[in-house]
Amino acid sequence: MTAKTTVKSGSFLSGLLRHQIVIPLAAILLLTLFNLIADPSFFRIKLGMTNAGNPVLTGNLITILDSGSELAILAIGMTLVTAASGGQDISVGAAIAISGSVILRILCGPPGAYSGELQAPIFVAFLAACAVSMIFGAFNGSLVAFFRIQPMVATLILFTAGRSIAAWINNNKLPIISDDRFSYYGGYLPGVPIPTPFFIAVICFVITWAILKFTNLGLYVQSVGINEKTSRLNGLNPELIKFATYVLLGLCVAVSGFIKVSRVSTLNYSVIAKDIEMDAILAVALGGNALSGGKFSMSASVLGAYVLQYLTTTLYKFHVKPESLSAYKAVVVILLVILSAPAVREKLSSLVKKLHSPASSAGQSA
Amino acid sequence: MSPAPFFYNEMKVNDMREASVLEMRGIYKSFPGVKALQNVDFTLRAGEIHALMGENGAGKSTLIKVLTGVYPMDAGEIQIKDKGPVQIHSPQQAQQAGISTVYQEISLCPNLSVAENIFLGRGEGRLVSWREMNRKAGTLLDSLGIRVKPTQQLASCSIAVQQMVAIARAVDMDCRVLILDEPTSSLDESEVEKLFHLMRDLRERGVGIIFVTHFLDQVYEVCDRITVLRDGKLVGEYEIENLPRVQLVSKMLGKELDDMADIKNNIPVYSEESFTPVYEAKGLCSTEGIQPFDFYIRCGEVNGFTGLLGSGRSESVRAIFGADKVTGGEVRVDGKPVKITKPIEAMRCGLGYLAEDRKRDGIIGDLSVRDNIILALQVKTGFFKPFSKAQATKFADEYIKLLDIKTASVNTPIKSLSGGNQQKVILGRWLLTHPKYLILDEPTRGIDVGTKIEIQKLVLKLASEGMSVTFISSETDEMLRTCSRLIVMRDRRVVGELTGDQLTQNTIMNTIAGGEKE
Ligand SMILES: Nc1ncnc2c1ncn2[C@@H]1O[C@H](COP(=O)(O)OP(=O)(O)OP(=O)(O)O)[C@@H](O)[C@H]1O
Ligand SMILES: [Mg+2]
Repeated sequence: MTAKTTVKSGSFLSGLLRHQIVIPLAAILLLTLFNLIADPSFFRIKLGMTNAGNPVLTGNLITILDSGSELAILAIGMTLVTAASGGQDISVGAAIAISGSVILRILCGPPGAYSGELQAPIFVAFLAACAVSMIFGAFNGSLVAFFRIQPMVATLILFTAGRSIAAWINNNKLPIISDDRFSYYGGYLPGVPIPTPFFIAVICFVITWAILKFTNLGLYVQSVGINEKTSRLNGLNPELIKFATYVLLGLCVAVSGFIKVSRVSTLNYSVIAKDIEMDAILAVALGGNALSGGKFSMSASVLGAYVLQYLTTTLYKFHVKPESLSAYKAVVVILLVILSAPAVREKLSSLVKKLHSPASSAGQSA
Repeated sequence: MSPAPFFYNEMKVNDMREASVLEMRGIYKSFPGVKALQNVDFTLRAGEIHALMGENGAGKSTLIKVLTGVYPMDAGEIQIKDKGPVQIHSPQQAQQAGISTVYQEISLCPNLSVAENIFLGRGEGRLVSWREMNRKAGTLLDSLGIRVKPTQQLASCSIAVQQMVAIARAVDMDCRVLILDEPTSSLDESEVEKLFHLMRDLRERGVGIIFVTHFLDQVYEVCDRITVLRDGKLVGEYEIENLPRVQLVSKMLGKELDDMADIKNNIPVYSEESFTPVYEAKGLCSTEGIQPFDFYIRCGEVNGFTGLLGSGRSESVRAIFGADKVTGGEVRVDGKPVKITKPIEAMRCGLGYLAEDRKRDGIIGDLSVRDNIILALQVKTGFFKPFSKAQATKFADEYIKLLDIKTASVNTPIKSLSGGNQQKVILGRWLLTHPKYLILDEPTRGIDVGTKIEIQKLVLKLASEGMSVTFISSETDEMLRTCSRLIVMRDRRVVGELTGDQLTQNTIMNTIAGGEKE
């Protein structure tokens, strides 16, 4: 009887180790352990006040949930793009600048004309940003899908040109929106103590979950990413599917851009969402997804995004200077990525099996 | 003949026959949910061709992969002549120990040239001179009788040529053990002959050859001894004289084989209404360079394309299914004109197509057996109508049972199934779509003798229920058993059609060779 349970738990553990979600989960565990030992006050949550006099929750955990949102949303789109096309879109940072700029342009009217009054409803600006971002996504997508250009190379074009386009949309002006209602989306809704971006991220995740559940998007994307020729022979249109993932990523970019602009009510074309493309790709990798495409786990990617934010917040907390931040991050990321390599995980899980098997065989013979 | 690069050349041939080059003792290997090998012993003598036989999933490929260091074994010992017990942890180490392998799934680099593939990763530690390499490759290929330009890109060669290149690569590395895992499944008869010639030649030089195949004729043609595996366990080791074919089969299957004699296509009698062909094409041609051809198939009919490899038989059915770019022709399904330029259009018309190259055109390697089975039906059903997990599992279980697919569970990724079982999964995928016209290009490739007959029976049963089937196989007797009409192809054009009394081995051969006028 006991032997049986050992075998069960052994195979459960080694099975879990083989599942990719174990990587971000383990990372969260490690970071939590580290913080608990180093300074448990890291986890304290306090009640604070906004400038407007709203009671809100503050603390490191809230910061993580808040500032990880844009990354988590991007990770959703990046996962799909990676899975279908076996490559990554490196233009998302630049595309966020564009979508932010579109929002400003719609809300403030022609450059120089802004008088403090919104020129259009906020949701119109948001929809416009979605449309524009999806058009740029479609541009990337057609280069990749129809012209068969390497994704990194294809998106390099927008990566290079994007921020200039963003500046051009507002004639290089930086209007600042003074309407409070606009800042709700990157801050707090009146009377709600939890930051809005977190809610937006949750909504995005739930919608994605529903799409994956109630359509065949997951099956199609994975099939195409694993074997394009076979997918074609089974009636799929691989080009269209790859194209669609880039358009969907465009949508994610628009939502992230909207949050980003709302946070500060304006934007700086050259620094907004800088290097976020690398973090988004990392989030996908940390989720244990192969960057060469194929099978994916959406929840693992999203968790990966929050792991990155957790790491950043932890490092800030220990007063790592912003300029050396990336070096620290790099070290941790290297560790995590090595641990998550399939070969290493295979070794680990067979190790677990070995540790359990002597016990079980002894139990059986007795 | 210069035997210089080979081992043992000073020894007398007789001595070599006795000496065992390789001994494997008590080999165990498990995968999650599968005990692939349990206490298997295997002995290979120098200068023999040793058949490794067993049903699909019996553990043949696994034994080979353990031997060549692709998988670590759980327990057991490997001894090599002159080296004692060896630890082989990687294919490189296997190569250093003198073991060369051609795996079941060809693992070459399609984007490189033939010559590059032959010499890739030899790591001789010096710069390569392209001209030198191409020259050497040319000599080697010539000596093996393989006609292909060394500079040609591998992907542009037929599977058969790719297979031969893989063998050339293995042979050229001075080896004492050569392993061939189902090398003949995609070769036609003359190519098989060439391969056997080469194998006998190597045997004379004292190389021990392990030969895995599902063709019994071939076993009795070239092999000296046979080792039989069943369900991961050793059944026994036999001298070829002591094991007649019937016994071999019953040892493999663990039961007597059903009689093949009762399989024969009873040519259906066509009444007036069934006279409209299910599918009909006029002047069909595609970018793959086949000459425009006419074709039809009636309800409940089984017909076939035959011809040498490269004669255009696969390209023809690909054109029917819209798998290649169709450049012309009129198509009617059930008498109504339709346009089939993409696979999805063919599927909507009720067609199904099992492709020849399983790895490239058949499996979605990382996806589960369940997803692989439901894929085609799911695509046909539509983007917004995914099956529930329970429903999908039900479908998958149904075909796992029907085709007796050996898999740990429906969640197992298809790439970890044995070759023959992968093939059955793909067959199940198309049967699940309930096509009215099913095209099967080499459906029994890599499938064991017992199951081969099951599949032939299944095809005939489906036909009797009204499904039309086009069957392509390199084995003529298989075609003769199932088809009531054969379309013969040569040089990418249809050169004849055989029915009734003409359906004999001889007429087919003659028509293929062009010796006979229709
Ligand atoms: N990488 C793997 N992971 C999990 N299971 C595996 C793996 N490789 C093989 N198996 C299982 O081990 C068993 C033996 O497979 P193997 O490939 O050795 O069969 P085989 O005798 O070569 O069959 P075939 O004639 O179909 O090629 C099968 O049940 C298969 O599913
Ligand atoms: Mg095999």
